[in-house]
Amino acid sequence: MTMAAAFFYLFSTVMIASAFMVIAARNPVHSVLFLILAFVNASGLFILLGAEFLAMILVVVYVGAVAVLFLFVVMMLDVDFAELKQGFLQYLPVGVLIGAVVLLELVLVVGGWQTAPAALATGGVPINLALSNTAQLGNVIYTKYVFLFEASSLVLLTAMIGAIVLTLRHKPDVKRQDIAAQNARTPADAVDMKTNVPSRAGI
Amino acid sequence: MDIGLSHYLTVAAVLFTMGVMGIILNRKNIIIILMSVELILLSVNINLVSFSSFLGDLTGQVFSLFILTVAAAEAAIGLAILVTYFRNRGSIAVEDINMMKG
Repeated sequence: MTMAAAFFYLFSTVMIASAFMVIAARNPVHSVLFLILAFVNASGLFILLGAEFLAMILVVVYVGAVAVLFLFVVMMLDVDFAELKQGFLQYLPVGVLIGAVVLLELVLVVGGWQTAPAALATGGVPINLALSNTAQLGNVIYTKYVFLFEASSLVLLTAMIGAIVLTLRHKPDVKRQDIAAQNARTPADAVDMKTNVPSRAGI
Repeated sequence: MDIGLSHYLTVAAVLFTMGVMGIILNRKNIIIILMSVELILLSVNINLVSFSSFLGDLTGQVFSLFILTVAAAEAAIGLAILVTYFRNRGSIAVEDINMMKG
């Protein structure tokens, strides 16, 4: 067995085992940590496939941003997670049945997969081994797929605005800074000059 | 034994099945369902990248990049909706989410 094959089996085994633990773990924090493990192993698979840029992006985006977001939300919500696990066994038969059917169909499709040679010649962007993976992706994204790139940036903008709008809330009883009122203040209504105050009498 | 395209496709199929089973089995916790959706998107990414690598075409990796973007946006919006929902109802059980009677 070659080194690449050994690493393929290592990465895929750990990834599938941690994916199982994501759905089976009792504690959602453990689920998030197993999700991180699955993503790290998937990036290992991407490196084996020669997609180095995507592997690094997977680690940065998922482990660095999405998984941390999940962790924040899991820790922020005050939920009794032990109670949430009830009813797991109730749906086990139908879940296993549907899972088995889906897996069987997918494996049947994959097992009979053949690529027509004519399909390979149509369009596409052939991989150029003289350049690095990142340089090739950059050459393609900013030229051929530039509109898709712009559209995905719009998707991200919409997600950002939507998340802020959904979670921002104004509490009425919290004192806030009112900049317009501050700027509209003049010395005339802020300072009051008292004259003829008697000594030792107070105001 | 050499590692071919079908090996990667089988791994992605198993991962996809894990995600689908996670959605079906967890009737109580929406966070786990969101994580299962992430697993499904990851398996799709593995499919695209393995086709791209074995057929010598870069397009799969480009689309995998875009799927990554959409998945991040989906996670952000989903978790924001979840936080708002928890604030209003005090629960994240899937069975309680029936306000829209869908």
